[in-house]
Formats: sequence, structure tokens, C-alpha cells
Amino acid sequence: MLFEVTSAALDPQRLIDHVREDESGAVALFSGVVRNNNMSRRVLYLEYDAYPEMAESVMRQIADEIIGRWPAVIDVAIQHRTGRLEIGETSLLIAVSAPHRKEAFEACHALVDRFKEMVPIWKKEVWEGGEEWIEGEAVNC
Amino acid sequence: MKAKVRLFARLSELAGTQEAEVELGEGLTAGEVYGLLCRDYPQLAGLGEILRYAVNGEYVTAVHPVGENDEVALIPPVSGGAGAV
Repeated sequence: MLFEVTSAALDPQRLIDHVREDESGAVALFSGVVRNNNMSRRVLYLEYDAYPEMAESVMRQIADEIIGRWPAVIDVAIQHRTGRLEIGETSLLIAVSAPHRKEAFEACHALVDRFKEMVPIWKKEVWEGGEEWIEGEAVNC
Repeated sequence: MKAKVRLFARLSELAGTQEAEVELGEGLTAGEVYGLLCRDYPQLAGLGEILRYAVNGEYVTAVHPVGENDEVALIPPVSGGAGAV
């Protein structure tokens, strides 16, 4: 398993190699990419802030939770980038290996959803003439 | 008795700092630490409805007790990943 918050560019092949074992018949890789528009605004770039130590431990917790739901999963790796990211750059990578594609896809999808609810990372959208920290749904805990 | 408070994203911009210290009374909770912090940084007031709290890197409820040298984090709704939240 690998859980990392980093300011360096993300390399999908490194994550694929990390989770692949000889028993793996499938590696599902989710790549979150910065796009040039949101709510009909033309986005110039994004800036990410994180609570890195906690983000990495929450990533581990959600990975354990997902492996509990899909015990066939062989390995999981998650990376998120911080700092300024340009359009087209990758901010999030989640890789899941499993014997077969079904559990790899399902576990990867569920991990992306849990990541977006739980991991303490935030993005600021910067557009022409303004900027705003984007905040997700408030969660009562 | 002191606790460290970590601020991120919109909160750190509002406060103009990523870290603050609050003087603790006995038996204070995470939510009360936020209340104390708002005395020094009134621009942070009014966010109690949306905040989550962490103590020493773990999510806790607002009534979780805070002890000496604990690190409290005020967590606005998270928005990692690239797509719309």
C-alpha cells in the first residue's frame, strides 16, 4: 500500500507497478485531472492545500475500509498532489489491483467517492477576475 | 496549558496564518477551542455549522476533549480530487 501527499508531478505508471502483483489480473487506475471550466467559469488553474499527515492516515483508513468490503482486492495506492496545478495536470491517482476487473473497478470507484468525502485536502479555483476555495458537502460527525 | 490549532484553505486565508495557539482551560472540547480561537480571529466566526474537527490527526466530534499539547485542526468541507465536489 502507498499513501502520499506530494508537491511533485504524479506518475501513473509508478502506481500501477506498485499495486500489481503476479496474482493481479486487473489494475484499475483513476486519474483526477484539472479541467478548464467549472460552473460555467473559465478556470485558469487550481491550487491545492492539504493537511498532509492526516490526509495520509485517512487514505489508509479508507483503503482498509474498502478492502473490508472487497476482500479480493490485492493492493491499493493513492497519491494527491498539492500546490498550483495547471489545466490538464493530474491531482489525484488511485490504483487498485485485484484478480479480476469487477472488484478492481468497484473498489476503485468506491475509493474515489470516499476520498472526496473524507481526505483533508482542498482546492482553490482561480479564474479570470477571481478565486474561491471550493468546499464540498458539510459532514456532521 | 496550550493547544496548537492548524488552519487550512479558506480558514488559513481568513486568519492570515496556518497555525495558532490557544490557552486552554481544564476540560475544554474541540468545539470550545474553535470558540476561543474566534476571540483572536473574529473573521473565523460563524463556521461552526460546516466545520469538522480533528485532534492529533483523527476526526473527532465537537465535544471531544482537548488536552495539553494536542494539535486541533479545523476542517472545512474537503474538496480534493479534480472534478466538481
